[in-house]
Amino acid sequence: MINRRRFIKTTGSGIGFLALSAGIPAIGKAANINKIKDLNAVETFKAIGELTPYIIIDPSGQITIYNTRPEMGQGTWQSIPTILAEELDVNPKSILIKMSDGHKRFGEQWSGGSSSIRNSYMHLRTAGAAANQMLRQAAANQWSVSLDQTYTENGMVINKVNKQSLSYGALVIDASALEVPKEPKLKSKADFKYIGKETPRADIPLKTKGKAVFGIDSEVPGMVYAAVVHSPYINAKVESIDDSAARAVNGVTEIFKSMRDTPHFNTETVAIIAKTQWAAIKASRLVNVKWTKINSDEMMSTDDYFKKAHDAVYNKANAYDDAKGNFETEYSKATKKIEAVYETPFAAHMAMEPNNSVVWVKPNEVEIWAPVQGIDWTKDDLAEYLKVDPSTVKVYGTFMGGAFGRKGGYYDYIREAALLSKKLNAPVKLLWTRETDTTQGPFRPGMVNALWGGFDEKGNTIALHHKIIGEAIQAQHNKTDLTSKPDDWASESVNIADSPYDIPNRLTSHIHIKTAIPVIWWRSVYASTNAFGHESFIDELAHAAGKDPLDYRMDLLQKDARKTAILKKLEELSDYRQMRSSSSQNIGVAIAHSFGSTCAHAVIVSKKGDGIKIDKVITVMDCGQYVNPNTVRAQTEGNVIMGITAAIKTAITFKDGMCEQSNFHNYNVMRINESPAIEVHVMDNDEAPGGAGEPGLPPIAPALCNAIFNLKGVRIRKLPFDLTKI
Amino acid sequence: MAKYKLNINGQKVTIDADPDMPLLWAIRDLAGLKGTKYGCGVAQCGACTVHLNGKPIRSCSVPVSLVKKGKITTIEGLSIDNTHPVQAAWIAEQVPQCGYCQSGQIMAAAALLHDNPHPTEAQIDQAMMGNICRCGTYPRIKKAILTAQVALAELNEKKPNKQS
Repeated sequence: MINRRRFIKTTGSGIGFLALSAGIPAIGKAANINKIKDLNAVETFKAIGELTPYIIIDPSGQITIYNTRPEMGQGTWQSIPTILAEELDVNPKSILIKMSDGHKRFGEQWSGGSSSIRNSYMHLRTAGAAANQMLRQAAANQWSVSLDQTYTENGMVINKVNKQSLSYGALVIDASALEVPKEPKLKSKADFKYIGKETPRADIPLKTKGKAVFGIDSEVPGMVYAAVVHSPYINAKVESIDDSAARAVNGVTEIFKSMRDTPHFNTETVAIIAKTQWAAIKASRLVNVKWTKINSDEMMSTDDYFKKAHDAVYNKANAYDDAKGNFETEYSKATKKIEAVYETPFAAHMAMEPNNSVVWVKPNEVEIWAPVQGIDWTKDDLAEYLKVDPSTVKVYGTFMGGAFGRKGGYYDYIREAALLSKKLNAPVKLLWTRETDTTQGPFRPGMVNALWGGFDEKGNTIALHHKIIGEAIQAQHNKTDLTSKPDDWASESVNIADSPYDIPNRLTSHIHIKTAIPVIWWRSVYASTNAFGHESFIDELAHAAGKDPLDYRMDLLQKDARKTAILKKLEELSDYRQMRSSSSQNIGVAIAHSFGSTCAHAVIVSKKGDGIKIDKVITVMDCGQYVNPNTVRAQTEGNVIMGITAAIKTAITFKDGMCEQSNFHNYNVMRINESPAIEVHVMDNDEAPGGAGEPGLPPIAPALCNAIFNLKGVRIRKLPFDLTKI
Repeated sequence: MAKYKLNINGQKVTIDADPDMPLLWAIRDLAGLKGTKYGCGVAQCGACTVHLNGKPIRSCSVPVSLVKKGKITTIEGLSIDNTHPVQAAWIAEQVPQCGYCQSGQIMAAAALLHDNPHPTEAQIDQAMMGNICRCGTYPRIKKAILTAQVALAELNEKKPNKQS
């Protein structure tokens, strides 16, 4: 057992350690004392040795590592603990992995923006290395040798001279009493045993036998089940409720008016409480509610929205501050000009696991079991919503059955259950039906991208303007006024840093078009819509210049060594030259940088009936240093499929104030019979880690459309389109 | 409400349910087996796939009253611990991402290979197209079915007498 004094000291080192990380607020020594009470509340903290907040070594030898980045399929359950295990020097197979609980000492606990690895890589390596050094120091003290006379292997500290050894478990009590080294020595890349290797994911065996616990699988003794009837108009007032048929359903206990409180609007709903999930769902279909719309049909219409966006193409836009040269002047002098307008639809996330949560609001504590992308964010959001101290809110994050942005930041489905739990004074399990999940949003905003390009008399591209037109997530959520400034969240993948095409006069600009249709980030956010316009237009410029589209890109990117290497690799792996001259097939390419990584796709297509068939996708991904290349490939394969789905399947459309799609029968997603062969190559280099969960998505739609142009001479500027009729 | 005696994974389970309760909810909430998932409720996504007398069905759309004495197998009953060749292949090919649809995918693939040990790619597509994976694990599912096919063939070669 650790005595009280040592306990405080250990606690201090845990907190003190957080100060090592840039991006995580430093907490001073004085503050530590006040924090101890909070830390004491963390159950796992008692009677065990903690060397950093992330690593717990039981004196018996069991090592527990906290995953701080919620798992939604992207592989953090394996990759985050692997980073710590590498520097701690233990086999990841031997460790127990737990989800962190939202406490501040763990730092950021959010998965989104493809940030998990790139934002915590050095911090977690340093944490693992510090723990390793403390264990070695404890052994060195026992043996009265210097630190450099020790090394570690598989959870043991070994004396270099006499080969004596001590296990981490035997050393942890002494080690936890030591000062945390601020600058421990990190392993060199050549010594990595686990980072960069294809380690099997620890969550996979749970998922193949039905034992992984998702949000929907959470159960709390005494809980009641809930379903919520939402208005088809999304934002509405309840005029009247006829619940006679619903109340007759066996197991239904209560039906009453409730609320859906989103980050930017609050709307009335009708809640059904029942003894089984099925009874709640069945009754929700029998409740007859009359609704009064809050928003005008015009503000809830996709047709009206796109008309406004297209009408704005030639309007004055707000320029981003990374402009190069002088677009207006030089474009006016161009001897040849082209322009094009591209449209991408609203899109639903359609994670396989619909929104759900179990919430128990007790007098002095709130407990939440839910699939969420942000453990810390959920804790803060619900504390604010319920007006309670964040330290009284406990969030038990589960595996997420997909999320794609929907389960990060828009915690309406947890607030709904919290409201019900508070009213009923019982734990409540809420499940949204697929129909609710599909129709209620928020959605990826539909966007219009307009581009202008000019050439001089020699055929050089001298000017490029990319104008982004559409709804801004931050305008809805944060009420940001974008009348006189561009949306600084919206230029991913097309701002000049991300798109370094060497054209002397460049301009990127933005026009904000409002809608009442709720919007939020959707896998790769604006990069998913921007890159379609940008990379399609680069192809149009290449054809206008009479150049091969790959050669044209290589020419304009020649100062960027990484992008040049990617394109050369893509050329080689796709047999590009051969494919360009094939009579039966053709190939198109696109490249985009987003979320810290660059991805390029080549899509090979052939004619089939009146349309085309996707024969193969060849991909080159450069995400710098990776933790698990197999996971990077898996994420990229998934991005190809999700990106093609968004390009060729159903759009979310609103008419008469209502969403016209409701389930997988009328919101189609790609199925196995339509899935092309995909070959992903991951670049090896010594660059810092980039993102992996999203960068594969933005360039796939333009690569496909560029291939179609090369095969059939048809330029597609509006998504989605029908592959069978081109 | 009525009493139903279900045969799930070889166990007799007595439940009290309305006749129209979908088998999915009886399996999940009354029998307590959470591996089978709700995805759409209208037999469009396949997340709820289980076997009824060896055939894959969408349990969200089969009322519990219709099951009678049929033998139900869920993901939990496919093997004791991931030893079914389809599960082993799924691990070997690192198929799952979020994993939510994978119980249904595995049950669909196990039924396919049971009836047709050497499916063509078109037959794989036909058998698996009712199972949506939003993470996009389709290329790996195809690969894993081929891997499982080889493992199953080897297994059958080793014990030809027991199979006949």
